[in-house]
Amino acid sequence: MTKMSGAKALIKSLERQNVEVIFGILGGALLPIYDHFGKSKIRHILCRHEQGAAHAADGYARASGKAGVCMATSGPGATNLVTGITNAYMDSSPVIALTGQVPTTGANTSYMIGRDAFQEADIIGITTPITKHNFQLREAAEIPETVKTAFYIATTGRPGPVLIDVPKNVQTEVAEIEFSNGIQIRGYKPTSNPHPLQIRKAAELLAEAKSPVILAGGGVITSNASRELLQVAELLMAPVATTFMGKGSFPEIHPLSLGSIGMHGNPVANKLLCEADVLLAVGTRFSDRSTGNLDSFCSPTKKIHIDIDTAEIGKNIDVDIPIVADATKALKALRERLTKQLKKEGNSAWTKRVKEAKEQLNPPSKGASKDLKPKALLQKLRKLLPENAIVTTEVGQNQMWAALYFNALKPRTFISSGGLGTMGFGFPASIGAKVACPDRPVVDIAGDGSFRMTEQELATSVMEDIPVIVIVLNNSVLGMVAQWQRMFFEGRYSAVKLGSVPDFVKLTEAYGAQGFRVGSIAEFSKAVKKALKSNLTTVIDVPISLEEDVVPMVPPGCGINEQVGDY
Amino acid sequence: MENGRTKVIAALVENKPGVLHSIANMFRRRGFNIESITVGPTEQEDLSRMTITVNGDEKTLEQIIKQMNKLIDVVKVSRLEPENIVTRELALIKVNVPDTRHRSDVINCVEVFRGRVVDVSPEALTIEITGTPDKIDAFLNLMKTYGIMELARTGLTALSRGVRSIRIDE
Repeated sequence: MTKMSGAKALIKSLERQNVEVIFGILGGALLPIYDHFGKSKIRHILCRHEQGAAHAADGYARASGKAGVCMATSGPGATNLVTGITNAYMDSSPVIALTGQVPTTGANTSYMIGRDAFQEADIIGITTPITKHNFQLREAAEIPETVKTAFYIATTGRPGPVLIDVPKNVQTEVAEIEFSNGIQIRGYKPTSNPHPLQIRKAAELLAEAKSPVILAGGGVITSNASRELLQVAELLMAPVATTFMGKGSFPEIHPLSLGSIGMHGNPVANKLLCEADVLLAVGTRFSDRSTGNLDSFCSPTKKIHIDIDTAEIGKNIDVDIPIVADATKALKALRERLTKQLKKEGNSAWTKRVKEAKEQLNPPSKGASKDLKPKALLQKLRKLLPENAIVTTEVGQNQMWAALYFNALKPRTFISSGGLGTMGFGFPASIGAKVACPDRPVVDIAGDGSFRMTEQELATSVMEDIPVIVIVLNNSVLGMVAQWQRMFFEGRYSAVKLGSVPDFVKLTEAYGAQGFRVGSIAEFSKAVKKALKSNLTTVIDVPISLEEDVVPMVPPGCGINEQVGDY
Repeated sequence: MENGRTKVIAALVENKPGVLHSIANMFRRRGFNIESITVGPTEQEDLSRMTITVNGDEKTLEQIIKQMNKLIDVVKVSRLEPENIVTRELALIKVNVPDTRHRSDVINCVEVFRGRVVDVSPEALTIEITGTPDKIDAFLNLMKTYGIMELARTGLTALSRGVRSIRIDE
């Protein structure tokens, strides 16, 4: 036991969790904690808006696989984190949010919790439905245990954000503090080992399958199960489709890769999924954007569902063989069982069908397109970036084009807001990813509408020397909603035109970063190469037509095999 | 209501602030409907027991239990099978009986239902009655003819029959 302040105990507790970096903005209710940053090896990155801090922590978490930490002061600081926390919750990302809070007690009794004090917000009440768990500290002595527990909850089982609210008097209170190891939470014991009987049943079903398909979700990436996924796929010679969140879990240039399914999925993935007699789904929650109309989603297909979250089993679709387990462990067990079970030499008819379908539905582009169209641009970008480069996206058309045309080759290299669909996520997330992986190029594929929502983080990127590349597909319009207005509202545009301001090159330069505007694929390549070489924060403004659609597309309410438009 | 029965869930939860909020919040957010909820301390000081009755199909009940289990402060959740439980509810009923001729009728009813008259005033009788919700419903039906001035029901609470119990193994 050592006597120290709550603020010091908090920093020490974070150090004990190997926290290297915190994205945050301070404020009155955090002053005692911030007083300790100079003395700690933890790097504090000052963001320009708390939403940016939360997304950066999220991007850091997804790129590194470790918990990302963000911090904000009481009241508006804390409420500004809310979008970022919700985003992390929807995509199961381990984010720790630390918030300042007004004191629980004090000599000045008008300034305390529950009395509507200055900069007081009920952040516990606000974040209850958007966190895996949250804590409000009551005394300094609770700090080590609470921090340890928060990290454990955030990073184990199905990961998710955890918030710790730290009243100011708890930060200043000096108490005997004890740091200990070990965790015991009686209400939280995540299952990770698969049930052997379920594995046996699944292996039997898969061994007899005529046209098996694997659907890999974000859980495969979270669990670092890509190697096991590849082994099972090759063993079964089963093609692998991913969900949007699963993009990167399976190399998209592999002969068995079908790309991602869903509303803007790859046509071959949507088509072959519906031809499967057995579907092995791993780490996916069957979201509506992935499945389309549930009534027609693989209804005759036998389904095996591996997920670490029991509540996801049977939530959206009924399955034949549920397996509650960690994806890596389940796939390993399945592989071992299948190795014993599989007798036949491949399944040549299905292999042939997969090959044909890919050739028919995903024909290779004819020659190199010179037009500055999203498809050509993203395919070019893939060639310009090394395999391990990290790509984040904003939300909207830019995101769906990236999903369709940018091949992700490795896990944790494609980072996007899948569940919440948060415009403004990609740029701060790219900053977080770059902090996690400073030696790898990080690129945010953006739209002009999304980028403007968190563009102020250019200051963070420049001042903290975190060089990332932003590619703004600039159609001067809120592109995805404009597309829907064209398709489903007879072309009546309403409130979607953003106009030609700002000039993104000038805006970028105002922040002290470099900006390029490009008019052709050749100029685009040159700009990307320059950005990669310079290692400076770069924004590449790519004017594109406002009429550009993301196709193919599954119209809302239709089944995923009822896609319209060509790949 | 499937099989014409309300479903009963019992949960052991951490006895600390905010737990009821997080459970109620989950029900609201996911669109589940609580019919009644009772909360109280248990034989273990740091645990509370909740008895929640819900109205929904099997699938909904399964989701409710799974979602409750995900909450960190929920230590244990069990579904109580209607045929294997003892259920009780308590009601306080204020009945309007200004006419003394009717009073003995009401008191007779109270005796038949093994209730008690806990307060008497010139205008009204206050009755305490304990039993299964069906029994209380039946009694309330009878009292309607006299006029119910005020009614407070606790909601259902329940335990399994026999030695079976919801406990946590420390």
